[in-house]
Amino acid sequence: MSGRFAGSKIEARNDDHDAESPLSIHDMTVAYHRKPVLWDIDFTATGGRLIGVVGPNGAGKSTLIKACLDLVPRASGSVRFYGKSYRQQRGIVGYVPQRESVDWDFPASALDVVTMGRYGRIPWCLPPRKRDKYAALECLDQVGMADYAHRQISKLSGGQQQRVFLARALAQDAQIYFMDEPFAGVDAATEAAIVVLLRALSAKNRTVLVVHHDLQTVPDYFDDVVLLNMRIVAAGPTEKVFTAENLHKTYGGRLTLLDKAAQAVAGAGAR
Amino acid sequence: MEWDWAIDGWILFVGTLSACSCALLGNYLVLRRLSLMGDAISHAVLPGLAIAFLITSSRAAWPMFAGAVIVGVITALLTQVITRYGKVEHGAAMGVVFSILFAIGLVLIRQVADHVDLDPGCVLYGNIVQIALDAQFEDVPPAARNLACVFVLNILFVGLFYKELKISSFDPDLATTLGINATLMHYALMVMVAVTTVANFESVGSILVIAMLIVPAATAHLLTDRLGVMILLSQLIACFSAVTGHLLACYGPGWVGVDAVANTSAMMAVVVGFVLFVAIFLAPEQGLLAKWYHRMKLSSRIVRQDVLGLLYRWEEMNGESGRSMRRDEVLTVVGGGSLPTRALRKLLRQNEIVRMMDGRDVVYRLTDSGKLAASQLVGAHRLWESYLAKHFHLASDHLHEPANRMEHYITPELREELREQLTDPKHDPHGKSIPSEPM
Amino acid sequence: MVNRRANRLRMVWAAVWVALLGCTPIADAADGHRVGFSSVIASGVPVSGMLASGGITDNSVSFPSWDKIFRALTLRDYNTRIVVIGATLLGAAAGVIGTFAYLRKRAMLGDALSHATLPGIAIAFMVVGHKNLGWLLFGAAVSGTLGVLAVIGMRRVSRIREDAAIGIVLSVFFGIGMVLFSIIQQMNTGGESGLQSFIYGKAAAMLHRDAMLIGGTAFAVIACCAVMFKEFRLVCFDQTFASSMGRPVFWIDVLMMGLVVLTTVTGLQAVGLIMIVALLIIPAAAARFWTDSLLLMTVIAGGIGAFSGWMGSVLSALLPRLPTGAIIVISTGVVFAFSMIFSPHRGVLAGVYRRWSLSHRVAHQNLLRALAECEEDLAAEVAIPIADVHAKRFWSRRHLDRLIARGSRLGLVSQIGPNTLKLTETGRRESRRILRNHRLWELYLIRYADIAPSHVDRDADEIEHVLAGDVVEELERELEQESTIPPSPHKADESRSKGVPA
Repeated sequence: MSGRFAGSKIEARNDDHDAESPLSIHDMTVAYHRKPVLWDIDFTATGGRLIGVVGPNGAGKSTLIKACLDLVPRASGSVRFYGKSYRQQRGIVGYVPQRESVDWDFPASALDVVTMGRYGRIPWCLPPRKRDKYAALECLDQVGMADYAHRQISKLSGGQQQRVFLARALAQDAQIYFMDEPFAGVDAATEAAIVVLLRALSAKNRTVLVVHHDLQTVPDYFDDVVLLNMRIVAAGPTEKVFTAENLHKTYGGRLTLLDKAAQAVAGAGAR
Repeated sequence: MEWDWAIDGWILFVGTLSACSCALLGNYLVLRRLSLMGDAISHAVLPGLAIAFLITSSRAAWPMFAGAVIVGVITALLTQVITRYGKVEHGAAMGVVFSILFAIGLVLIRQVADHVDLDPGCVLYGNIVQIALDAQFEDVPPAARNLACVFVLNILFVGLFYKELKISSFDPDLATTLGINATLMHYALMVMVAVTTVANFESVGSILVIAMLIVPAATAHLLTDRLGVMILLSQLIACFSAVTGHLLACYGPGWVGVDAVANTSAMMAVVVGFVLFVAIFLAPEQGLLAKWYHRMKLSSRIVRQDVLGLLYRWEEMNGESGRSMRRDEVLTVVGGGSLPTRALRKLLRQNEIVRMMDGRDVVYRLTDSGKLAASQLVGAHRLWESYLAKHFHLASDHLHEPANRMEHYITPELREELREQLTDPKHDPHGKSIPSEPM
Repeated sequence: MVNRRANRLRMVWAAVWVALLGCTPIADAADGHRVGFSSVIASGVPVSGMLASGGITDNSVSFPSWDKIFRALTLRDYNTRIVVIGATLLGAAAGVIGTFAYLRKRAMLGDALSHATLPGIAIAFMVVGHKNLGWLLFGAAVSGTLGVLAVIGMRRVSRIREDAAIGIVLSVFFGIGMVLFSIIQQMNTGGESGLQSFIYGKAAAMLHRDAMLIGGTAFAVIACCAVMFKEFRLVCFDQTFASSMGRPVFWIDVLMMGLVVLTTVTGLQAVGLIMIVALLIIPAAAARFWTDSLLLMTVIAGGIGAFSGWMGSVLSALLPRLPTGAIIVISTGVVFAFSMIFSPHRGVLAGVYRRWSLSHRVAHQNLLRALAECEEDLAAEVAIPIADVHAKRFWSRRHLDRLIARGSRLGLVSQIGPNTLKLTETGRRESRRILRNHRLWELYLIRYADIAPSHVDRDADEIEHVLAGDVVEELERELEQESTIPPSPHKADESRSKGVPA
């Protein structure tokens, strides 16, 4: 970018976030104690896309999500949702935490948990209304869990619990979703159901950012991909960015895993 | 001791109120793993009370509650600060905070003990009888009035904020992202616990407050999987222990031949502890007895299925017309003991095997329905072996063991799925045929 | 009346101060007057006015004379000597074994344990019929152990979690104890007075044999910890590993818990069952702030415990109205608060400073790096338009101005016009060093992404300090060979700042 070009925009750049973009991150650095875990993240998402965030263990994938949602403090940088801060946009941001983050022994049924997704729009002190329950049931049905609505959550399998979480996210009816490893530890059926769901969300012009760890499925699942290893190695449309070279830069050269990924890339290219 | 409704009636009333008001909030403490916070706050309000006494030199309710609220918040806040900034584990941080605050309270109380009628012992275990005796001078003892207010307040708190409390207990991060400030709810709960603790000081005392906060809720959580039901149950348990506690305190010592009256509030704690003890054993799903029963049922089913599978394989190997398996042969393979014998008896009763005499030996054969059940079982076993062999590249002699364990848990749907994935195989890795699914 | 109210308020403050600081009152009463305690603290209140107001003077703590202080400090009095020695040893033993309990995350189990001793004491008293210390402590140890087992059992067999189990055991056992005590009191055997000291503690009433008992226990506990140090460390750190090495983890655990029980039970009379847990937890938690080595931590915790015991007992010898156990606990609290705030590595102040300096450093180094990149773009050591710097980063103009101001204060950049700035000679060296270091790390992360130490601080850690020399050389070679220097991902270049094309 030339200096002159930037100079002409200097006033506009004051807090230069794209108001059109569902998520823009500028210069974000996050540190635990003294050691940074995320460095100078710059990222602008395009609306209505499924975005996969991949990278090796300890690359800061979950931290990226948490820093966006103000759940961990940022050492520098800013995050905007449609040009506004998280505080202002809370209503349009959905979050699916890792499954282990809650206590599944909690006395609640699957329906209860999904209804919680609607709590944001029910005024304080009022109980959920009938239509909230119906909306929640509908969401449960979308993930194929309507039969389990009244089952205690600890009696669901891991995949079913994950689906309940997704149904809850649906009930939130957000514009942009953050999902932390929704595919972790789920069976094939659930994985397929989740993918269908993600596609449906994207068809409704929702933006979904998914932390993912299985390289082989990346080309199949995601429109865009963010390769992350403490800093963004590359970000963009999957077919452009998800290359062997970029993967090498992300994962290093000695991972046998990469061979499989390379095959996957080749397979995606051939398709 | 003579039962006197004018006194004992008040004791029952006050005891029930204090048990119920504590148990109500206790549900959330237990679910949020904050039980020790109840412990910490009930110890830590001591300096708040002492300072309130020192300033007003009276036992008026309002300064006391104000002191409690402040100290409750301080306890929660300090614990948070020490956990976050000192990187001290949460439980230990609470221990640090409450023991120091308690010590400060003790020092302060000693300073004023001559002036204010505040017995440190009373702080720990209350004086419920004194409250009842107050009733002779006033229509309603002030302590009872305070307690009733606090109970109503707690009901309003839990009732109005039911949904907010529920979500911020289950998933604080989600609550916060939905605009329900989980931190705020946390401190609100802590304030309510502090206020309840203070209201209960005179009746049951700080340590027994902990019993009433935690034990009924923990017991209720053993009994149900619904939050609403859990709260109701905790109230019932609290009521029961208050009433039974007082009765036992009055008459219990007499039954064991001691001429004395026990401390009512302490006896309430003992009763509620006993209820929990019983629930640990007898709870419908969580109880030890229920778990033991399910385990027994499962292991006898496994033995039955083992017998069926054994007979099926035997008949498969020896042909329909071949020799039937002898009883002692079955028992050698499945193992002796009462379980296999009972399994055989049950199978006979269910008409899945028949018992015949072959010369002097008892032999067993599968009936048609037995054959069906056995073929499904063996099918599951062999499907699983094929699946393992295909996906995990295990040596063929390593397949049997896992399949043997797995076969008992494979549902018809899973069988179907395996069949689909393996494109309907006819033979397992050992070359044995896989029985097809009966239509 | 107003005066009295004011005095009372002052007294509250005085008491709070004593409680918080555990301090000896300022000595302006060298002549050994009885002085209103509060007046000493709330300086400026005339002593005569205090005395004249009457009413609360009997609340005042009689301020000890120098002579008395001297006698207490030098342990001249037999009683003081006993109490001080007993409390100090108890503090040391509790601090040492508390360290292991704390690291094993068993700290609050100690609370359940101490409360659970009450029914044992009551039953022992009922059975024996009089206050026989040996039997009472034996009863306490048995029921305390039962309490611990109940906590562990409940966690094993039901869905009740550890925190609830601890609360249940401590309150229900205490309830059982109180029931028994209320019955004992009505049985009027006469000997029951003094049983209360087990609840609140009464160190001042310590007898010779109590001190001997505490001394013996302390010696045994510390000796055991010294002998078993290696095993305890292993179990605290990694239980699975310990058992894989064939250590009898269970029995080591039992020994550890046994020592906790022993310390708790002997400390009951001195500190009381409610506060004894403080002696187990607080010295250990405070010591943790000062060191990362277990050995040192144990020693420091023992030291803190001993100091607090000494401090508490001396203070309460001087000021008889102060309950010894509480003062001991408050002393540990003061040490804890001091450690938590001022510890150089883990303290709050250090943490605040670190966070503050981190964001400053990040911003500062980002500026220098941006400047170095600008010079590279311009291919000359000339004045740089601020707009160019701006283009490198998403900084607000105000933020950038602040950074530049800071840079010029440090003599690294100089602003030569309203819209241009220049690196000074030092600034240039520094910024190039940062840029080079950063790119080397960058390269390293790309080449060795799979093994890269995941949390290196790429601007602060000199690459030479972390990596072996040959690796650095190799990286440097690569950096020079690259015909185009790897584009810094932090450049807000077109593709990234515009993000993903749809």
